[in-house]
Amino acid sequence: MTDIDSKKEQTVMIGNQLYQYTKKELDYLPISKATDQTYADLGFKCGLEIHQQLLTDQKLFCRCPAGIYQKDDDYDAELIRHMRPTLSELGEYDGTALMEFRTRKNIIYRIKDENSCTYDIDDTPPFPLNMDALEKALEISLLLGCNIVGELHIARKQYLDGSIPAGFQRTGILGIEGEIPIANKKIRIIQISIEEDSCREVSDIGHWRTYRTDRLGMPLIETVTYPDMLTPSESAEAAQYLRYLTRSSGQVRTGIGAAREDVNVSITGGTRVEIKGVAHIKWIPELTHNESFRQKALLKIARTLKERVVSPDSWDIKSERLDIDGANYLSLTGISDYEFHAINLAGFGSLIGHFTQPGQTFGDELAQRLKVIACIDHPNLASSESDNPELLHKLFDTVRDLFGSTEQDAQLIIWGPPEDIPTALLTIKERCQLAFEGVPNETRKSLPGGVTIFERVLPGPDRMYPDTDSAPIAIGDDLIECCRERMVPPVSDRIAQLNDWKIPLHMHNYLLKRNLVALMQAVIDRLLATPIFVARLLTQEFRRLDNYAKGRTLPLSRLTELFEFIKEKNLANEILFELLQPALINNKTSLSEILEQSDYEPCATEEITAQIPMLIEEYHQLCPKKIGNLSATTRWIMGQLRPKAIGNMPLAQLSEAVRKGADNVG
Amino acid sequence: MSADFKGYKGKALETLKSFNTPVWSDTIVKTTRGDFHGIILPRSENDNDHHIVLKLITGYNVGIEIDTITDMTASSVKEANYKIPEKEFPVTPGLPNLKLFGTGGTIASRLDYRTGAVIPAFSPGELYGAVPELADICNLSTEKLFAVFSENMGPKQYTELASAVGREIENGIDGIVIGHGTDTMHHTAAALSYMVQNSPVPIVMVGSQRSSDRPSSDAALNLQYAAKAAGESDIAEVMVCMFGPTSDEYGLLHRGTRVRKMHSSYRSTFRTLGDTPLAMIDKQKITPIKTDYHKRRTDHNVTVTPVFEEKITLLYYYPNMQPDIIDSLVDNGYKGIVIAGTGLGHVNKPVYPAIERAVKAGVHIFMTVQTLWGYVHMFVYDTGRDLMAKGIVPTENMLPEVAYVKLGWVLGQTDDPEKVRQMMLTPVADDITPREPYNGYLVYQGGVPEVEAFIKRIKR
Repeated sequence: MTDIDSKKEQTVMIGNQLYQYTKKELDYLPISKATDQTYADLGFKCGLEIHQQLLTDQKLFCRCPAGIYQKDDDYDAELIRHMRPTLSELGEYDGTALMEFRTRKNIIYRIKDENSCTYDIDDTPPFPLNMDALEKALEISLLLGCNIVGELHIARKQYLDGSIPAGFQRTGILGIEGEIPIANKKIRIIQISIEEDSCREVSDIGHWRTYRTDRLGMPLIETVTYPDMLTPSESAEAAQYLRYLTRSSGQVRTGIGAAREDVNVSITGGTRVEIKGVAHIKWIPELTHNESFRQKALLKIARTLKERVVSPDSWDIKSERLDIDGANYLSLTGISDYEFHAINLAGFGSLIGHFTQPGQTFGDELAQRLKVIACIDHPNLASSESDNPELLHKLFDTVRDLFGSTEQDAQLIIWGPPEDIPTALLTIKERCQLAFEGVPNETRKSLPGGVTIFERVLPGPDRMYPDTDSAPIAIGDDLIECCRERMVPPVSDRIAQLNDWKIPLHMHNYLLKRNLVALMQAVIDRLLATPIFVARLLTQEFRRLDNYAKGRTLPLSRLTELFEFIKEKNLANEILFELLQPALINNKTSLSEILEQSDYEPCATEEITAQIPMLIEEYHQLCPKKIGNLSATTRWIMGQLRPKAIGNMPLAQLSEAVRKGADNVG
Repeated sequence: MSADFKGYKGKALETLKSFNTPVWSDTIVKTTRGDFHGIILPRSENDNDHHIVLKLITGYNVGIEIDTITDMTASSVKEANYKIPEKEFPVTPGLPNLKLFGTGGTIASRLDYRTGAVIPAFSPGELYGAVPELADICNLSTEKLFAVFSENMGPKQYTELASAVGREIENGIDGIVIGHGTDTMHHTAAALSYMVQNSPVPIVMVGSQRSSDRPSSDAALNLQYAAKAAGESDIAEVMVCMFGPTSDEYGLLHRGTRVRKMHSSYRSTFRTLGDTPLAMIDKQKITPIKTDYHKRRTDHNVTVTPVFEEKITLLYYYPNMQPDIIDSLVDNGYKGIVIAGTGLGHVNKPVYPAIERAVKAGVHIFMTVQTLWGYVHMFVYDTGRDLMAKGIVPTENMLPEVAYVKLGWVLGQTDDPEKVRQMMLTPVADDITPREPYNGYLVYQGGVPEVEAFIKRIKR
């Protein structure tokens, strides 16, 4: 008898009480309280698949411009397609794929002429691969230390969700077996591939899913690591390093959606679950943490089920159509033609309401599959283990009588359009059968807050087919050498350089992710500025403007131009803090004009320092008490002279002169 | 089993032999670029001899350059053997009995994931496995007539196909479906329109523009539409059934003599030219567009005339065409020429003497228009009148390819000039129509505001 069962002898828990009880029983910890040992005990393993767009003018297999985006409702034409599962390697359809097909998603593509062509909508075969993208991808493959293939073979990787109008993505391996360093270990790379990006989803309601094709076909690299990360923080660290690495090449796009992580998580006894499209690295720890506990919960549910159900192989759902007016029970509109079906789940008592992730129970796993596979929008079910309103609660009593249920059973009521009900019942049955095995193989979608929802069944390995439309591309030593020459130093060298310059740790992230270390080096050499001055300029003023520019990339070329200008005009470096903003915002205006429009007025050093004795006198008259207080005097005088000095002389030099003057007087 | 080095040649073959690693070997390849582990795949015969192909455990294929290889060790050989499982095609009383003829186009197929080779599904059992919905539409039997690519279909195949169709009709079939590659489907459709006349049942040609091994393929839908048209429609004509718009919304039934492939790759490539299609078709219904078609009958009578004169040609005129082009056709024994002339049906003066020589030599010359839409009007300009005087016969609004096929069929029966002329100009299945409807020529021009508004609203 399990803990839940013994507890149940006293009272039957439902709703929040059951959720809280099972959460506690599972020893769920928030991530802030978890230690490395927590993950070691779980057998936590994580691998990453990092997608990064390459910075090219055109898409990968057609000549459309890359990076021209449209708004959801801004399109020239729409078309409808349906994705049909193809036969698998063994000549059979994947069960769920066929089920999804039976329910039939109508997929709509919104096309805009300026960013999409007939290739994008699968009405034209591919054009020769974009060689600029290939070279950029090769450069990054070399940075990862991969074994580079002799010939690039394009494969078709099938996707039935409609995110690619062809139903498959063209992709090819460039290199295998690389590695990256993180703090205490090396993370091995399985492979790096070059591939085309997918569509962006506009909406997904019932049987209608809408995409826009602006992002479709843009060149992307996918870096896949081995599951070498053993804690959530290692996962984030590796993701961060890979981001620094791709950014350091200068060959990739930045901004929202330009880099996306798929995170694979498993625990001992669990299964590899893929969390798709994690947009921010900072979400990774919480997502992987919660996924590991979700798997723990599912394994516990499986154990309980196996104890209760003697022959899981012959387990089946029992269902009956209910002749009720749903509107009496649910505050939903537009359900007048819906059917309502009651289901008895033998052995699932206290498991439907079982905790799986913060804010979710096992019942959510069922509801999410109903939405995706049977296309029935939420809410699509009620469970006997929720805190139901009185009327619904009573209905479940009737349902229990109908099936002659025992306390070890749980009951559901599902609803939807009549044509979707057969799939819905099959979906519930399939997911509950999987519960006996533990963790189903699936792709999950990340939500803010560190939790995930079901996205689709993880595709099998036989979804790869050679692309008969494109010939292999030889990658000779000449091409590799050409890319190697352009290669930037490894990120680990850049981190070492920052440490060498004694740049505080909190500045590293921004400088690395914005790929500013090479620029810093140039500025330091050219302007003879101190590393910390340049680091401050970049991580404070430049970063502020960067944030302000939200999404738009500030032109680094303008920054370099500004540094050259300062050098040429022989201005003191501090003026950079004044000129950076106007120079970047009005990047069409000449720098001389920007200087003219600023508060700067040319003034000889001597003219400035000549005012010091007079100012000392003035300060002493103003604040006689401060006579002899060197730092107060210096501070006040600096305040008076700074506006005039900026650009004309280094402030350190001025400060030294003031201090000297005050000291002499004082 | 003897070692297999399928597709490899030259240096690559030598290398594989020297390490004793035939295809399908699970092999570790040591190279100057690092190690690679995978299964050696056959290589496409057309690819170079500098690389070998490996399938990695992740399912991806990569090529390894021969010159970088330092060592290869094979651990085992795993040959793949793929077959589409046969499931017995169910017989449902009350559903129409259809015959599906195969000509070599792959209607349903899957790729051999290792080699990229297409494994066609063709038997009813295989088709049922690939498109199970067919069993809700019809009872199906199949016959594979040839295995040729669309571009290799010719007179021999036309006549064989026509005879086979005739036999099935006489045996009482409810409808015929013909799977065909799309490139020359309209040629074969025209040939069947002439060779099989007065059919009591629909004869529907079908193909796919996107191969059926991809999820976005049009093959399964086209096949379902074609089966529905053959089994349920009352249009007893030779038709082509393919996607209407590029969207998966409906198919169109085109008359075999007015249809043409108009785009090299679009799904909606087949269009009826100079007229409207016969009907729209989707999974639920067949919506007629035209009403003047041959209706389905219950008798088994059909007129099959499977003949074709091969020494004919279709000459696409271009400015500055030299007379020797036509002279050499005559010298080579050609009996008939269809010219696709400019505008209303013209060629330049320098070829006039050659035309005279050809007509004098007994060559039958007919004029069509390369504009594809519209009629030949040879009375409008002197050039046209001159040409007619020299013996060229205008063929109204017959499509050039259709006129070519018709001439072959006619010359297969007679070479009496007057008889030939009379047969050519007697309309068959609307190959010539007495009038052109206002909506027979609709090539919308993109960019024009009203067209853009239409495109935005209507999913094409």
